[in-house]
Amino acid sequence: MAAELFPEVPFLSFDTLWFQVAGSLCNLACTHCFVSCSPTNHSHEMLTRAQVRGFLEEARALGVREYYFTGGEPFMNPEMLGIAADALAQGPVTILTNGLLLTPERSRRLRELFDRSEYSLDLRVSIDGWDAATNDPIRGEGTYARILEGLRNLAAEGLNPVITVTEACDGAGAAAGRARFLDWARAIGLSRPRLKVLSLFRIGAEADRLRGYAPRETLAGRTLAPEALEALQCSSSRMVTSRGVYVCPILIDSPFARMGTTLAGTRRSFPLSTGACFTCHEYGVTCRT
Amino acid sequence: MPDVMRLAVFGGVYSNSRALEAAIADARTWGADGLYALGDFGAFGPHPDRVFPLLLDAGVESIQGNYEESLSTGATDCHCGYTDPRDNHFAQISYDYTAEKTSLTWKAWMGALPATRRLEIGGRRILLVHGSPRKINEFLWESTSPVPFLEKLLEDHSADVLVCTHTGLHWQRRLPSGRLVVNAGALGRPANDGRANVWYARLELGADARAELAPVDYDFEAMAREMEEERLPAEFVETIRTGWWTCCLEILPAKERSRGRY
Repeated sequence: MAAELFPEVPFLSFDTLWFQVAGSLCNLACTHCFVSCSPTNHSHEMLTRAQVRGFLEEARALGVREYYFTGGEPFMNPEMLGIAADALAQGPVTILTNGLLLTPERSRRLRELFDRSEYSLDLRVSIDGWDAATNDPIRGEGTYARILEGLRNLAAEGLNPVITVTEACDGAGAAAGRARFLDWARAIGLSRPRLKVLSLFRIGAEADRLRGYAPRETLAGRTLAPEALEALQCSSSRMVTSRGVYVCPILIDSPFARMGTTLAGTRRSFPLSTGACFTCHEYGVTCRT
Repeated sequence: MPDVMRLAVFGGVYSNSRALEAAIADARTWGADGLYALGDFGAFGPHPDRVFPLLLDAGVESIQGNYEESLSTGATDCHCGYTDPRDNHFAQISYDYTAEKTSLTWKAWMGALPATRRLEIGGRRILLVHGSPRKINEFLWESTSPVPFLEKLLEDHSADVLVCTHTGLHWQRRLPSGRLVVNAGALGRPANDGRANVWYARLELGADARAELAPVDYDFEAMAREMEEERLPAEFVETIRTGWWTCCLEILPAKERSRGRY
């Protein structure tokens, strides 16, 4: 791969820091997972609270604005609530979860954290269909009912998560699909439904489910305007995993996307050389809410 | 120069000429030495051209918001920075109405306004912006603008005091370094708290720099009726009457969202 063929995204500001807090470990094995997370995938291990604290300290010095936690399933990490509390002491926090571990007790503790912090605590709960027939083939047998239970536990505590859907759910990205999800969310008790629809990244498990990237799905030879580069999340965020600091949350299984071991050391440009880079640019994707 | 300089800073006016008039009067009663407005003169409300003569007659020093940038360049939307289609739906209604009703003369006038303004008072560097020092439509919400981020932002942009708007919600944060960040809120719509009054910022610059966020009462019922006569969306009018945001609120962080009715 000749890197000079690809446009380079400059690093403009360190606004968003992601943590692969559960590593690649998940209690599900969704068929569209771009990082192929599962109960047995140890390619990235869980982060400890002490490890996260070290990066939070560096992030504070760099003036980072916000923190995101994902996995795998973040609540498989036994220290997740403590980690969230540490991060909330210095900035807003969003946790991306599949909802299966949102018990009444955990939801109550999240509400306490929400109330206690001067900064915003937000949750994103993933679902891939309007019912078991559409969701379960992607996320796993019986998951629809369990996600619903988690959402209701959050709602009972007055927490209003962002429902996150991928386009693996047919039609989710179109206006009618969005409207249907919003109606669905109201019907299950989320009176002010919030929704994010994500494009698919054709890597990891998703490459096996439908297809990988075609040769034409590339930014090779393209010149991107400064505004287009600024719009890419890799111009203002980085991802920490147990193996180092990566350019973005999507490419953690690409060795060349590992940019260093400290945050400060990764403040440099990156060649937009992958199919996923094409997706982010072409469809305006950002992993942020 | 007086020992203490008093500056009144107005956030988004959103065509609410009645609130602007009331705020100008309130600021004068308070004893303001200078009046400043941070842009977004149009949007949401009726008869955008009624705002500009009020600003000029009162000697309000203005900068551009994203509305002025868009209207003066003939852009097809407001560049408000919303991401949810529901927010963009109402933003477009608001922008199309405002673009149609704003005269070319005023569009040219707003095109000549500066994007930011710097003041130096008593050795203190004051920076007035619409969204943030780095982007005209960046949202600086209270719950997502943490101390380390703000310290760096003010350091990078050589400011001791930053005053912004764009979010429509007022707040202020004193930083450990002594720097001060103030979001002046908005005159154009109430602060999503169930009260119909609107807000502006009062800065007192003397031995220290301090800010007070001041509520302004005005004839909101008359404004609501004008909006109805112009057939603006019922959602907009409800906000003016009730003080609760009804639309363009998907952009709110979870914390701010939880405080509203919708």
